[in-house]
Amino acid sequence: MTPAVVAERPTEQTTDKTAIRAFQFEVPEAELIELRRRINATRWPDRETVTDESQGVQLATTQALARYWATEYDWRKCEARLKALPQFITEIDGLDIHFIHVRSKHENALPLIVTHGWPGSVVEQMKIIDPLTNPTAHGGTASDAFDVVIPSMPGYGYSGKPTETGWDPKRIASAWAELMTRLGYERYVAQGGDWGAVVVDLMGVQAPKGLLAIHTNMAGVVPPDIDAAAFSGAPTPSSLSDDEKVAYERVRFVYQKGIAYGFQMGLRPQTLYGIADSPVGLAAYFLDHDARSYALIARVFDGQSEGLTRDDILDNITHTWLTNTALSGARLYWEYFGNGYFNVKGVSIPVAVSVFPDELYPAPRSWAEKAYPKLIHFNTLPKGGHFAAWEQPKVFTEELRAGFRSLRG
Amino acid sequence: MSAVAEQIGIGSDRTAVRPFRVDVPEAELIELRRRIRSTRLPEKEPVADMSQGVQLATVERLARYWADDYDWRRSEARINAFQNFITEIDGVDIHFIHARSKHENALPIVITHGWPYSVLALLEIIEPLTNPTAHGGTAFDAFHVVMPSIPGYGYSGKPTATGWGPDRIARAWAVLMNRLGYTRYVAQGGDWGAIITEQMAVQAPPGLIGMHTNMAAVVPPEIDTLLWAGSPLPAGLSPDEKLACDTLAAAYKNIQYALYMAARPQALYAIADSPVGLAAWLIDFPYSLDLIARCIDGEPESLTRDDVLGNCTLYWLTNTGVSSSRLYRENTFNFFSPKGVNIPVAVSVFPDELYLPPRSWAEKAYPKLVHFNKVAKGGHFAAWEQPTIFTEELRAGFKSLRG
Repeated sequence: MTPAVVAERPTEQTTDKTAIRAFQFEVPEAELIELRRRINATRWPDRETVTDESQGVQLATTQALARYWATEYDWRKCEARLKALPQFITEIDGLDIHFIHVRSKHENALPLIVTHGWPGSVVEQMKIIDPLTNPTAHGGTASDAFDVVIPSMPGYGYSGKPTETGWDPKRIASAWAELMTRLGYERYVAQGGDWGAVVVDLMGVQAPKGLLAIHTNMAGVVPPDIDAAAFSGAPTPSSLSDDEKVAYERVRFVYQKGIAYGFQMGLRPQTLYGIADSPVGLAAYFLDHDARSYALIARVFDGQSEGLTRDDILDNITHTWLTNTALSGARLYWEYFGNGYFNVKGVSIPVAVSVFPDELYPAPRSWAEKAYPKLIHFNTLPKGGHFAAWEQPKVFTEELRAGFRSLRG
Repeated sequence: MSAVAEQIGIGSDRTAVRPFRVDVPEAELIELRRRIRSTRLPEKEPVADMSQGVQLATVERLARYWADDYDWRRSEARINAFQNFITEIDGVDIHFIHARSKHENALPIVITHGWPYSVLALLEIIEPLTNPTAHGGTAFDAFHVVMPSIPGYGYSGKPTATGWGPDRIARAWAVLMNRLGYTRYVAQGGDWGAIITEQMAVQAPPGLIGMHTNMAAVVPPEIDTLLWAGSPLPAGLSPDEKLACDTLAAAYKNIQYALYMAARPQALYAIADSPVGLAAWLIDFPYSLDLIARCIDGEPESLTRDDVLGNCTLYWLTNTGVSSSRLYRENTFNFFSPKGVNIPVAVSVFPDELYLPPRSWAEKAYPKLVHFNKVAKGGHFAAWEQPTIFTEELRAGFKSLRG
C-alpha cells in the first residue's frame, strides 16, 4: 500500500511532549537472536493427560508453534509492514501514546479511531487499513473512505507503560477523544472489539464533542440482571427468546469456564513473571484466549488454511515479546476488575453492531436495541470470530462501511 | 535405579518397595543458575504494595539469592537423611519417606502435603514425631512416619491419564500403609493433604483409626454457597462462625490461582520454562505471601529463604509446575464443606490459616471430634512454619486413640 501524505509535521527535537512526534523503530538483531535462543532452549512440561484442548494449550500445538517460530518465522516482514505505515507518538494525560495514522486521499473521508484488545496489538488491525483508507482499490467507492487512527493502548506495544494506577478503560476513552481532537478531527467515529469494545462503549457513554457514533464487534448489551445471573452460573432463564438463550449460555460459559486468565490478570498481574521470561510461555498464554479462537489457531498450526496465518499469530506474540509488554498489558484487567465486559453501559449516541458467529457470545438484536437506543446497524455475519478485523478483514471492512454509511454528511 | 534392579533380575515387581535417593546431576543445577541469571524481568508494578501480585523487588532479591547463595545440595541432603522409597500403586510410582520410631507401639501416621509445597516442607516434624523423648515428649508419643509425594508432585510419578483426584490418592495411601505392614494407623494433612486425608476418612479403610487436619472442612454447604456467591449471610451466626465466614469470603476473592489451574493447567508453559516465573507463581499464595516476602527480605521468620527456595527448586528440578497443577483440574470436591467423615477426627486451628473453622461447625461435621484446639501461632503451612506446635498438636490430637 502507499500511505498518503501525512498532514502532521513531525516535530522532532521538540520539548513539548504533547506534540505529535513521528515514530520509527527497529528491533536490534541481537534481540531476535536472543528470542530464538530462548525458544530453542524451552523446557517443556509433559504432555497433557487428555486428547483434546480441555486442559489448555496442547503440547503438540505449542511445540509446532515453537518449531516454526525458531526456524522459519521472520519478524522483519512484520516490522517492514509496520514501518511502512506512518506512526507517531504523543503524550496524553502524562503517558506516551503510540498510534498509526493513515489519511485517505479522498476528501470527506470519515475519521475513524480503531482500538485493539487483549491479547492483541495494532498488529490485529493492519489488514484493514488499506481497504478503509483506499476503498476504490478494495471494492468500495470514494464515499466509503476513512481516515484511520489506530492507537496502542497504554501498556501495549510502543505506547508507554503506566507507572501508576488509574489507566482504566474510561481514562483510555477520554485519551482517545483528546487524540482525535489533537489530530484536528472535529467529526469522527470509533470502533473496537475485545478491550477495544469496552473502550468504545465508554467513549459512547462519555460522548465527547465530535464523536458521531461507534461500531462494536463485541457488543456490550447484556442486561445487568442477566449478566449477574450468568456470572453466578444460574440456569438459563425461561423467559429468554431463543437468541437470548444462546447468548446467555455462551456468556455463562465464559464466566464459569472460559475466563480464568481474566481473573488471574484481574487480581495478580504482577505474578506472571513467567510470561515475561519465557517466549513459549507467553505464546501459550496468548493462544488460550477463548475456545473458538484457540481451536482456529490450533488448526492453523496443524497446517490448515484459516483467516489467520501462523505469521499473523506470531507477529502479535513477537511484538508483545519484543516490547516486553505482557505484564503491562495484563494490568488493564486489574484496572477494570469487577466491572462487566458485556453488560449495558448506557451508550446514547448512534451505534453499529456486527455479530461474528464465533465471538465470545453472539449479541441478540433484542438486547442490542435496548442497550443502544440509537442502533443504526445490526448485522450477523456468516463467518468470523473474536479477532474479526484480523481474521476477516474484508467482511469487517464492509461492516464498517455499511455501519457508518448513514452518518456521512 | 529400578531399571538397574530389573536388569539384574532383582525386585522386578514394580509394586515392590524400592529404596530411592535424590541425586540431581550437577549440570541441572548449573543450567538452573544460568536460567535464573538470564531471567528477563518485567517493569516494576505500578503500586507500592502486594495488591498486584509478587513485587518486583521481592522477585529480584529471590532470584539473586537463588543464583548466588542458595545450595540445593543442602536440601538434597536433608531429604536423603531419611529413608526414601518408591513403589508403584494403581499404575503410578509413589515416592515416600518412611521414618520408623525406635519406640515399640509407635503409632503409624501417613502425612500428606499440599500445593504449593512438598515433603521438603514437612521434614522438620519427622524427628520430633519419631523420636519424642529427644523433643519434649515421652515414648508414648512416638509415631512411625510415612510421607508420600502426591502423584504429579516431587519424585512421585506424573499420571499420563486423568483420574488421579483426591479420592483415588486416598485409596492409594491406604494401599501404601497396608503394603508397609501397618494394620492400625492414622492420617494427617493440610491443604490438598487435608482433602485427601478426609477422603481416606470417608472411605474408612480397615486400619485407619483416626485423622488430623489443619485445614478442616466444616462449612455448612448452604453457607458455603452464599459465601461463594458473595450473598448476605443468615442471621444468628455466632461470633466464631461470623469470623469463619469473613475469612472464607476473603479467601474466595483470592483464589484466582486455583481457578486458573482448575481451568487451564496446560496453558502454564511459562512456569515449566522459567524458574523465576515458577517461583513467583508458587509463592503468590494468599495469606502466606506476606510471610514469604519478609523472609526473602532476610527478616527472621518462621520460614527461611532456604526453606522457600528449597521447595521452589524441588518443583523446578522435578519439572512438576504443570503436573502438580492438574490436581486442581482433577478435583471434584468442595474444599471446605463436610464430606461425611465418621471416624475420629482431631482438628488444629492455626490463626493465619485461610479460614478459621469454629468448634460449633466442627462438632457437626465430625461427629467423633476427639480434639479441637486453636493454637497461638502459625498459618497455612503449619508443619513448616511451626513444627514444634504442630508436633504437640499431633501428640495431643491422637492421644486418646492409642491402645
